[in-house]
Order: sequence, then structure tokens, then C-alpha cells
Amino acid sequence: MKDDLAKLIELIDNGGLNRRAFLGRTAAFGLTAALGTSLLPGAARADEPKKGGVLKLGLGGGESTDAIDPGLADGPVSFNVNRQWGDTIVNVAPDMSVEPRLAESFESNEDSTVWTFKIRKGVKFHDGSEMTPEDVAATFKRHSDQNAKSGAYGIMQGISDIKVDGDNVVMTMTSGNADLPYLLADYHLVVQPGGGVDDPNKGIGTGPYKIASAEPGVRYVFEKNADDWDTTRGHYDSVEFLVINDTTARTAALQSGQVHMINRVDPKVAKLLSRAPGVVVTNASGRGHYVFIMHCNTAPFDNNDLRLALKYAINRQEMVDKILDGYGSVGNDIPINKSYPLFDESLPQREFSIEKAAEHYKASGHDGSPIELIVADGAFPGAVDAAALFQATAKQAGIPLEIKRVPDDGYWSDVWNVKPFCASYWGGRPVQDQMYSTAYLSTADWNDTKFFNKEFDDLVLAGRAETDQEKRKEIYSKCAHILWEQGGVICPMFNDFIDAHAEAVAGWIEDSNLELMNGFATAKTWFA
Amino acid sequence: MVHPVIKLVAQRIALGLLLLLAASVLIFVGTQILPGDVAQSILGQSATPETLANLRQELGLNEPALTRYFSWLGGVLHGDLGNALTNGQPIAPALGKRLLNTLFLAACAAVIAVPLAIILGLVSVRYRNRWPDKLISAVTLATISVPEFLLGYIVIFFLAVQYRLLPSLSTVYDGMGFGDRLYAIGLPVIVLVLAVLGHMMRMTRAAILNVMQSAYIETAELKGLRPFAIIARHALPNAVAPVVNVVMINLAYLVVGVVVVEVVFVYPGMGQYLVDHVSKRDVPVVQACGLVFAGVYIGLNLIADLVSILANPRLRHPK
Repeated sequence: MKDDLAKLIELIDNGGLNRRAFLGRTAAFGLTAALGTSLLPGAARADEPKKGGVLKLGLGGGESTDAIDPGLADGPVSFNVNRQWGDTIVNVAPDMSVEPRLAESFESNEDSTVWTFKIRKGVKFHDGSEMTPEDVAATFKRHSDQNAKSGAYGIMQGISDIKVDGDNVVMTMTSGNADLPYLLADYHLVVQPGGGVDDPNKGIGTGPYKIASAEPGVRYVFEKNADDWDTTRGHYDSVEFLVINDTTARTAALQSGQVHMINRVDPKVAKLLSRAPGVVVTNASGRGHYVFIMHCNTAPFDNNDLRLALKYAINRQEMVDKILDGYGSVGNDIPINKSYPLFDESLPQREFSIEKAAEHYKASGHDGSPIELIVADGAFPGAVDAAALFQATAKQAGIPLEIKRVPDDGYWSDVWNVKPFCASYWGGRPVQDQMYSTAYLSTADWNDTKFFNKEFDDLVLAGRAETDQEKRKEIYSKCAHILWEQGGVICPMFNDFIDAHAEAVAGWIEDSNLELMNGFATAKTWFA
Repeated sequence: MVHPVIKLVAQRIALGLLLLLAASVLIFVGTQILPGDVAQSILGQSATPETLANLRQELGLNEPALTRYFSWLGGVLHGDLGNALTNGQPIAPALGKRLLNTLFLAACAAVIAVPLAIILGLVSVRYRNRWPDKLISAVTLATISVPEFLLGYIVIFFLAVQYRLLPSLSTVYDGMGFGDRLYAIGLPVIVLVLAVLGHMMRMTRAAILNVMQSAYIETAELKGLRPFAIIARHALPNAVAPVVNVVMINLAYLVVGVVVVEVVFVYPGMGQYLVDHVSKRDVPVVQACGLVFAGVYIGLNLIADLVSILANPRLRHPK
């Protein structure tokens, strides 16, 4: 296959193959469009973005209750809305590096306790006013205020002081954090004039498109920001969001040509949809994952042999095949995968093994009474089916699982983080430290596996301040091993972001940060 | 002396209002016993005991239920439906817009469905037990038996995806022309018509057949009137009461029962609005929606009652 690729690239260089044909043939090798594009030599990539047109998106995950306030964004639609009109000071690039945006550059002191962000000059807000370091500082201060109810409030907790110093915004941390730029790329932290303190719902930002009309849960219209500071993005004249929460309706809208792009394609129909004419289905392996969580401090799950027995008794590949229909990857009982920076590849993959499961179950001395696993449809898509598969494989190892199905209503308040064994999901975090700090530190509110391990806590805290990347990687490797061996999380699978777009849309690249190219699909693609 | 019809009408209206009051109590109690609370679902996973307590205080959830009921009812009587808990916006304007959309869709469906159902009913009676009757019954019973969402997907598949005659999305918005609106709601109107046609058609047919047994119909036949004239001129007026009742039930259904159709066709009506707020435990909005639905239901049934009363000559012309 490698030779064939080399041949194709040569063909292009000699002018024997145009770009489209090249992409078509690389796709035949099972390469994604993104990889296909990156293989193209510079000369062949002369396909410049074209300007103009109205891009229509059919998006699931929006409600009439959504606000414009970027801090309150809690669903896919409000996330994408934030991306249209606003900018954060940095972004996480598709290659997982930090990309400067409204901050031109950034640096920290030796122990990562003081961070300095140099703010870009000459950037104008949609209302024509100049964006200043004061606006940036005010934005962060607003999100640090508990009353603002910002989704980024947790992130801001580690920052003790925010001040403006000339062109810079200087942040002092309560303790060293080498990951701060990753955290500040959070999509809630959209820079607003005066920090958005007066009216956070105004929707005035520095993004590629201006809000022309907003009807939450129904429809949003954005118009090209003619004064955009970044001239390499925003190729459409206008962008329209239609909120379509019903999966079938969303798919039909794309097929009938009423929209050009949709998010959240149901894995069960993704393969069928990819065969439809004029439609391209894309998937990016993300950091989101589905889990079964056991409370490590509650019988019978306080016995590590029993936890291991259950971990060995789950068939991860079968879950990926049947629950995700192949649009995902197997998990390894830690919340981290290769989409994270500093991921340690050396951790062995835990395989489904009836013998080992039976062996550990026996060693645990469990009395053989049914173990109750609580699930709801809303725990994650396909959760009830996944639990049934788990029950079947556990039975082969002689472990009696009893599935208790409960309604979605009240699941997150009455079951998750309360009952000792249930299904759940995580959307993932941009960096390992944040994922571990959110859900695996002894002190975390959401320590949903009740995992109290001093050694693990110390490692996570040490990793947070460590600036030497090699040493950090080593620390995170140790964390992963501890959690893999002793943790209360059974992670069968990581789910992909599956989006789809019309063939007329060009410039799609794979970005596994979040759906729709991390929300930048409208800014970076164009009509071919 | 007051005319008995006026007395009856006044009675009905008073009863309707009483019923509405009872409904308001039910709605209020119902929303109180939903599992989980609004503070919990606003904060979601990020809820900590302190933030929960703060938010409850802020939303006034700590007041006794009776106090909250009367302050809510007082507001409603003054036309103030309160503010949505989730985004702090006043409910009335948002609800009004959604209600208009729903009424528009319902009206379009009704304008087609009601006359069509009655005509089909008349035709069925005219050709009773012959093939037109059987065909009409078979088709309308089949469409009423298929769940609406499936009916929706079927028309989307054929009319939107395969042949691209009508749009699969029925999003309507301010500033959209009347013609565009009609075009946009083509598919949901078809689904709604198919969903309510059977009930009304069968009821019309049954009611008229019932009247057809009467002696005066026989007289009309002996007079040599054409069959269709007998049905339309002599039988139908005497079958109005049951027909109007079933028509009103279906109209009420078109307003309050179209949640699924609205979701499938992404139509910004009341149903979708209600569902969004139920899932967020936005109690004031749920209560307001419930009250509007109850009002529509009771109102339409009141009209049905009044029409039945007025259609009865014995009540219209008392001795």
C-alpha cells in the first residue's frame, strides 16, 4: 500500500491526476480525507478556498432554553454558536498543540505558577470597538465569579490573580500548572467587550461570523464578519444553523439537500449514510468515552479482585462493533487515550478473558449473589444494550450481573455518583491532568468511582507543575498503571465524533478535539 | 325569564372556568412531584451542595408550595406567566409565538381534514358496504393505525428525500412569507391530516347511518329524493352533534398532541417548546404550557357542547 501511495503522489506531481481523483483513490485505501490531503505535496494543494455562499447546518443538541452567554453553553448547538461569533485566546490545534489566537504568544515562569499572555493588537469586536487586554482580563474574571455560573468556573479555580500589564495579561496560579494554555482554550472562555459583564447575552465577539438572528432551539443566522482579524477563515457569506434534534430528521435533511452539514450521526446509520449519493461521512476519534463505574469504597466493589474480575469479563471489541457499529475504539480502563498529549502507549491493552475473570472472581471470595448494575437509556447512547452484552459475557465467567433499568429522569442526580455500580459517560478533557483532576483525585467532587489513592493523588499534583515533558509523560504513565490495576472504572470504548457533509463542501480536516472540526468547520471549509 | 339556551350556555362557561381552575391545581401539583429539581438539572453534573442551595434560594424554591401556587395563580390572572428559570426571559412572548405557530399548523391541517373527513363520510354512507366505502375505511383506518412518527418518516423518505417535492424541515421564522410558510409545513400537514382523518370520517359515517334508520328518511326516499340529497340535506343536520364533538376532539388533538410531529419535522411549535423545558425542569414554563393546553382543550369542548345545544331544536324553541 505504501508503494501505491508513492505512485499516486508521483502521478500528481507529473500532472497525471487531479486532487479530487487523488483523494478518491487514497480513500480507497481506507485513508481519511484528512490524511489524504496531508500527503499532497504543496504544489498540488493549490486548491484555494473559494469565498461566498450560504452554509446551512442541521445540528442536534439544542434547546429553546439555550442562552447566548458563552459561559452557559452546555450543549453541542451552543458550543457551535460560541465558535461562530467568538474567539478564545488560544486554541488546541488538530495536532493537539496549542495555537495562539487572540493571544499572540504566551510563556510561563520556571514552575508554571505565573503565566503571561501577550494579547494581539488591532483586533476589532463586531461593534467596531478595539479588543484590549483589559477585555481579556475582565472576561476571565467574569468566568471566575461563581454567580456567572460559567461552565469554565472549575478551570478558573486554579487562578488566584488576573491582571493587565501593558499588552499582556498575567495570571498567577494557586499552584503550578503547566497545562494552563490547554485549559484556556475551553470554548466557554470567549473574549467579550468588558468581559461581557454588562450583558453576557449580547453576542458581540471577534469571531468570523456575526450573529444576525438567534432563536434558541430553532434557528440561528450568522453573517460574515467583514473586519475579521484573521483573513484565512470565514469563507461563507453567511452561515445558518437549524436545530434538528431528531436524528432521522437530521439525516433526511442532509440527504434531501436542505442542509450541507450535520453533527451527531447515529453510528447505526453512519455506514448506510456514507453510501448515499453526494454525502460524505467523517469520523474523528475523540476523548469522549463510555464507562461502567464501581465505587471502590463500597462492598462488594471494595475488593480489587472483584473489580478486576469485572474488568476482564467485558468484551470491549464486541461493544465497539455492536454499540458503536465500529465508529469508536476500545477502551483500556483508564479515561485517557491516544487523543491526549503525553499519552503512554506502553500500557498493555486489557483483553476479554473468561479465565482471568473467573480466576479473579474466585479470588475475591464473592458470595455469588447478583451484582446490581444500574443503567438508563440516557447514560450513554446504547447503554442498556451495552449492559446486556456485559451481563452475557460476565455470565460466561460465572459472575451474576443483574441489570436494573431506570428512567433518564433524575439519573444524574439520584444514580450517578450515588449508587455503587452504574453506567455513565465522559466527554473527555483537553489534557490528562484535567481529566484526572475532575474525576479521579480523592478530593474531586465528581470522583465517581470513589477512588482514594494517595500515591495517585501525589503523582497527579506533581505532574501538573512539571514543565519537563519527558518527566511528565513518565508521571502520567504511572498514573495510568495505577488506575488500570486498581481503579473503579471499566472503560469499554471511546466513541468517535461522527459528522456528515455534502460533497459540495471542501476543506474538511480531521480534528478530534470536538465535533465538527472542533467547531471550526464553518470557519475553515468552503464551497468547492 | 331567561331563555333556557342562555342559561345553559352560561352554565357551560362557568363549568369550563371551574374545570380550568381544577386543571391549574393538577398542573401545579403534577410539576411538584416530578423527580429531580430544577436547580439540580440546571447545574447538571457540576452541582455541589452549596451551589444547589444558592440556586434554590435564588429561584424561590424554598417557599411553601401553597404560597407558590397562589402567587403563580395571581400572576396568571394578571396575564403574567412569569420568567423562565433557565434563561430568565419572560415566558409570555416566547410562548405566544410558539402558540401561534402551533395554531397555524393546526388550522392548516384542520382546513383540509375536517371538510375532507365529512365528505368522505357522506360518500361512505352513500355507497355503504360497496367498494368506495370499504376503500375509504381501509385507507383511513390504516393511516390512523400507523404511529405518527413513522408516518412522518415515510412521507419524508418519499416526498423529501426520493422525489424532493417538499422540504423535510418545517422550520418557520419571522419574516418568512405566507407562501413559504405553507410550503414549509406541507409534510407535517399531510401527516396530521392522515392522523386525524380516520376518526372523524368514521364518526360521521356512524352518526349518519344511525339517523338513516329514522322514519323521516324513509319518507324522503318515498318522496323520490336522490340518495345524496337525503344524506346531505336530511341526515347530516341531525347528525351534527356527535360529529361536532369528534371534530372538536381532533382539533384539540391537533393543538395539544402534535409533539412528536413537531419534533420529526423540526417545527417550532408549543410541543417542542414544552419538551425542552420539561427536560430542564423549567417549572413555570411547563405550568404555562399546561395551562394553555388545558385552556384549548376545555375551550374547544365547550364549543362542541354549545353547538350540540344549539343544534337541538327542542332547546332552541322551548314551549
